[in-house]
Amino acid sequence: MTDTSNTASPRPAPVEIEPNWTRSRGTTICWIALAVLLAWSWGPAEMSNWPHLFTDSGNMAQYAKEFSHPDFSDWRYYAQEMVVTLQIALWGTFLAAALAVPLGVLSARNMAPWYVVQPVRRVMDACRSTHELVFAVLFVVAVGLGPFAGVMALFVHTTGIFAKLFSEAVEAIDARPVEAIRSTGASRIQEVLFGVVPQVMPLWISFTLYRFESNVRAATVLGVIGAGGIGQVLFESIRGFYYPQASAMLIIMLVTVSVLDFVSQQMRKLFL
Amino acid sequence: MTAISVRNLSKSFGKKRALDEVSLDIKRGEMVALIGASGSGKSTLIRHICGLDTASAGHSNIEILGKLIQESGKLTAEARAIRGRVGVVFQQFNLVNRLSVLSNVLFGNLGRIPAWRGTLGWFSAEEKKAAREALARVGIPEVAWQRASTLSGGQQQRAAIARTLVQRSDILLADEPIASLDPSSARRVMEILAAVNRDQEITCVVSLHQVEYARRYCPRTIALRDGRVVFDGPSSQLTNRMLVELYGSNSEELILPDAPTYPVKPKRAAPVGSAPAFA
Ligand SMILES: Nc1ncnc2c1ncn2[C@@H]1O[C@H](COP(=O)(O)OP(=O)(O)OP(=O)(O)O)[C@@H](O)[C@H]1O
Ligand SMILES: [Mg+2]
Repeated sequence: MTDTSNTASPRPAPVEIEPNWTRSRGTTICWIALAVLLAWSWGPAEMSNWPHLFTDSGNMAQYAKEFSHPDFSDWRYYAQEMVVTLQIALWGTFLAAALAVPLGVLSARNMAPWYVVQPVRRVMDACRSTHELVFAVLFVVAVGLGPFAGVMALFVHTTGIFAKLFSEAVEAIDARPVEAIRSTGASRIQEVLFGVVPQVMPLWISFTLYRFESNVRAATVLGVIGAGGIGQVLFESIRGFYYPQASAMLIIMLVTVSVLDFVSQQMRKLFL
Repeated sequence: MTAISVRNLSKSFGKKRALDEVSLDIKRGEMVALIGASGSGKSTLIRHICGLDTASAGHSNIEILGKLIQESGKLTAEARAIRGRVGVVFQQFNLVNRLSVLSNVLFGNLGRIPAWRGTLGWFSAEEKKAAREALARVGIPEVAWQRASTLSGGQQQRAAIARTLVQRSDILLADEPIASLDPSSARRVMEILAAVNRDQEITCVVSLHQVEYARRYCPRTIALRDGRVVFDGPSSQLTNRMLVELYGSNSEELILPDAPTYPVKPKRAAPVGSAPAFA
């Protein structure tokens, strides 16, 4: 267990420490690779259009003028829809966190054998690498327009994210307390519950709160394709050129998300 | 009946041979000291006996109370059940830091109580009482509700010992259980181990750096050097020459005034503070 043996053994053999050149060379190669990738992407990303930002400034000014007179006359309705968006995010995040606990443990290399870890990870990769919007489109078809499609879309995508984050937390734990639990003759589940979970719980909670914030933002976007909440209303009003109303909604969203960020930041501080 | 039987156990970590063809038998009710320089393989041996590590290739086996726990590098199906009968005090205590000391001690029950109750963390009033008594016995009744991470090194060590007391195992493996204790707590812990060994007939294997303690509390000593058993016999036969061989020539401070051998009443023994201290 201890690694002091080499230095503390009776007659220590002289140990040569080689300078580590590979590290600094690796860093240089990484920077060059980044430069090459950026140059390669310049054309396809139409980065050469950057002057348009300034030549089309007239349009922007027009937008700005209309948006600067928000119309709050319907605020009750907006607030109500904002709450629906929060509720969508809440359920999506909660279901994902609940499912990611077992999946996160099963996709941690120090907890499960490879023939479990690999399949679980691949499925979770698929969930994670597919955007919520894609899932939302699928679920709108499957379960119809409305908030529930949004919940399911967030649920599936966020499960993929949580499983990865949770399993990384599990892989970074101190194995020694787990061994102590094991040495009492405890079962595997007990090892996880009493040896692993107490160590990762603060991180898991922190991830969940953080992801809830971003899921609120994601849920507004999901509204755009008909998955309910304030996003749906916002999108409709922009399409109808009701910019003052849209502006009011944006302000409500901004305030809500900021308050939420603040609250969850404070809460995360409590747990870490 | 043999409590622990190790046959032909070898373990390599990369090129390092941590255990080399170790064979030994320990009878029920024995109290054995395990000594050897740092890196000689004491912890590794203990981890193999309790089934946390498995041997490197070769025909080895380890039996606990007549049942195989590992054979030729593979844990047997019974390993989990056998572990419950072997309590371990780890060198680094291995407490679950974020939980209370009392919870940590209660975990000693997990191998004994019905699985569903353990899994839900439902411990009976008696079990809680026993846990508090164990804490009192090792001299830290006041820290029961503290988080394990807030304990001092010596308190953690004793909490870990309390956990194994609660386990009521047949065998107790203690890896340097007194390494971070002051002399009087060290003596207290050794007294507890000796009492557990005497009254409950629990087989004890204690790895130690203080040869003084080995002589005083353990009738038998097993010495390791570079992963090999180089001495196995009555502690009284440990000579200074042997110790120099074990720990190297620059360990003069170790040399004992060739003296009181087992059994000596602890009260009359030389003050522990003057015992050779090296860790
Ligand atoms: N998991 C591991 N990986 C690599 N090497 C290890 C591992 N565990 C132990 N070793 C090595 O095996 C040898 C024996 O280690 P071990 O911990 O058993 O010594 P020890 O006798 O308990 O020493 P100490 O008195 O310092 O606790 C050491 O050289 C150590 O570096
Ligand atoms: Mg050790």
